[in-house]
Amino acid sequence: MSRTLSAPVTVAFDYTRSTGPVIGRFLTGLRDGVVVGARTSDGRVVVPPPEFDPVTHRATGGDGGDPYVEVGPEGTVTSWVWVPEPVKAQPLDRPFAWALVTLDGADVPLLHALDVASPDEASTGMRVRVRWAAERVGAITDIACFEPVEAGSGGLATGAGAPSATTVDGPVTGVVTPVSLDYVYAASPEESAFYRAIAEGRIVGQRCPHCGKVYVPPRSACPADGTPTTDEVELSETGTVTTFCIVNVPFLGQRITPPYVSAYVLLDGADIAFLHLILDCPAEDVHMGMRVKAVWKPREEWGTTIENISHFAPTGEPDADYETYRNHL
Amino acid sequence: MRDVAVVGFAQRQMKDFDGSPTCVELLVPLFAECYEQTGWTRRDVGFWCSGSSDYLAGRSFSFVQAVDAIGVIPPVNESHVEMDLAWAMYEAWVKIQTGEVDTALVYAFGKSSAGVLRRTLALQLEPYTMTPIWPDTVSLAGLQARAGIDAGLWDERAMAEVAHRSLTDAEKNEYAVRQGGSSVEALLDRPVYADPLRKHDCAPVTDGAAALVLAAGDRAREVRETPAWLTGLSHHVDPIGLGVRDLTRSPSTQRSGAALDLGGVEVAELHAPFSHQELVLRRELGLADDVRVNPSGGALVSNPMFSAGGIRVGEAASRIWSGEAAKTLAHATSGPALQQNLVCTLSSTPEGGN
Repeated sequence: MSRTLSAPVTVAFDYTRSTGPVIGRFLTGLRDGVVVGARTSDGRVVVPPPEFDPVTHRATGGDGGDPYVEVGPEGTVTSWVWVPEPVKAQPLDRPFAWALVTLDGADVPLLHALDVASPDEASTGMRVRVRWAAERVGAITDIACFEPVEAGSGGLATGAGAPSATTVDGPVTGVVTPVSLDYVYAASPEESAFYRAIAEGRIVGQRCPHCGKVYVPPRSACPADGTPTTDEVELSETGTVTTFCIVNVPFLGQRITPPYVSAYVLLDGADIAFLHLILDCPAEDVHMGMRVKAVWKPREEWGTTIENISHFAPTGEPDADYETYRNHL
Repeated sequence: MRDVAVVGFAQRQMKDFDGSPTCVELLVPLFAECYEQTGWTRRDVGFWCSGSSDYLAGRSFSFVQAVDAIGVIPPVNESHVEMDLAWAMYEAWVKIQTGEVDTALVYAFGKSSAGVLRRTLALQLEPYTMTPIWPDTVSLAGLQARAGIDAGLWDERAMAEVAHRSLTDAEKNEYAVRQGGSSVEALLDRPVYADPLRKHDCAPVTDGAAALVLAAGDRAREVRETPAWLTGLSHHVDPIGLGVRDLTRSPSTQRSGAALDLGGVEVAELHAPFSHQELVLRRELGLADDVRVNPSGGALVSNPMFSAGGIRVGEAASRIWSGEAAKTLAHATSGPALQQNLVCTLSSTPEGGN
């Protein structure tokens, strides 16, 4: 048995960014099927255009002039690398090359994928051209990749898949980049012990050998004094509501119809409260000091998850004395 | 300026850490080692600073969870950088210079193996024109390696020589993930992976954590007979756009080195996660042929994200403590293809006399 429990986790979110005028100009160009660079103070044409001059640090276009230069869709590879095992969301899902390509009319290279079948087909100095994406939205991915300029096909000035007129007008001002990251997320050894116990219907915490505090779920070290917590403590499934909130606002992924109560429950014998639901009573009846008890799901539904406890429900006992939880607020 | 020295160092490096990405269970024994080396308790530490990234951990506020390993009742003076340990050390050095504190413990951690490291690191790139196409770390280094090969600045043999020396030196480093030299010829006979890179040209994905202890003046002398005095510390950054960089050069390293007195350096620990990057760094720092480079095996054999740069400082400091060297150099890097670089010198005297 592994020391720890683990599970796959995917963290996904969209980054929505405003582009500003310079990157916006570049992305507008891509949407319209042209690659735009900017002339910097040292006379070089840089692609993508930098927002600030690398030498003078002046804002690009800030002096009222027009620094932008359209460069060609063809160019020369200045460096390349083979990608034997592409990762998710790269421009090609089969082995390919990344290339630094200096487009005709530019002085510095642009990074993008180069669609070749093997490293034998890539070389520094080779001629390549932009392959445009079928649908262009004003993003770097409007360039699907570069492709070799085959001998004898050089007459097609704008490259294969030459862009058609776009129906979208106006400058690009924003870009949305989806990000999705896959992890194998491991619980700590102490958290793993907690989840293994809860799969057996037990609630297990750990006691700090130094200050005697009992933490549930257990942590690898006492947050008060940094001492590793080693002594396992089995806890009661009854406890006291120390504080709570009534959830009235619907949100994505909500499983219970509002209003309902999320509360900190201080289990008897524990020194730290943990968050759970209080159900089986009207939300307005929940209050500080209320005595509650874990309500477990049917045993056949148990796993190594806190969701084995469906919720907490009032025990009907008299409220706990304030002194018993005043240090846990 | 106050005299500040490195007086403590602890590290863990491994291929696959069987534990949580917050690494608390890894940090607790590291701190214990630091307390043992210094004779301090946590209450003797004036300032704490950590280096880590939530992208690596796959959860938010992982560095807040890591504070459990310190124990924060009563509260501690604490900060965090989304950078390597070496930059956390820089922040602590500045904090000590202000006179607010005399001592600091800086630490870093990362579980690189939890995700696909070379992909995750695309999130540190230019967000409009690079991140959306997910250039991976190994590929960016490969573009840099080929640029140097094409320019005649190094070749695959020179890269294999770096790998061979690193693997051989790693045999004496219990923390190294890769160990064992064979021969340059044997390395060159291995298949090319990310052409022009072979796998031994690339640091292995490494999990780990590390901690450094800093102290000023007499607080340092109380801890060690020969503290490793930080006699120079400088860092610079190159542009984020790959196109405007000459990838065969590292101007930020050159500028950082030029700000320091590198005369008399006997040992240099260079943070080069790819073999050719050591060649770039040596050239930019103008290191003489008799400078011993990466006796620990270096980051090429073991590169725990967010710790590996600071580990170079710890290794360089250890050689001052032991009397093996009177002056050493440590370098740390961050960002794609040596974009950002920190260089420091460590000496057996605060004056840094050679």
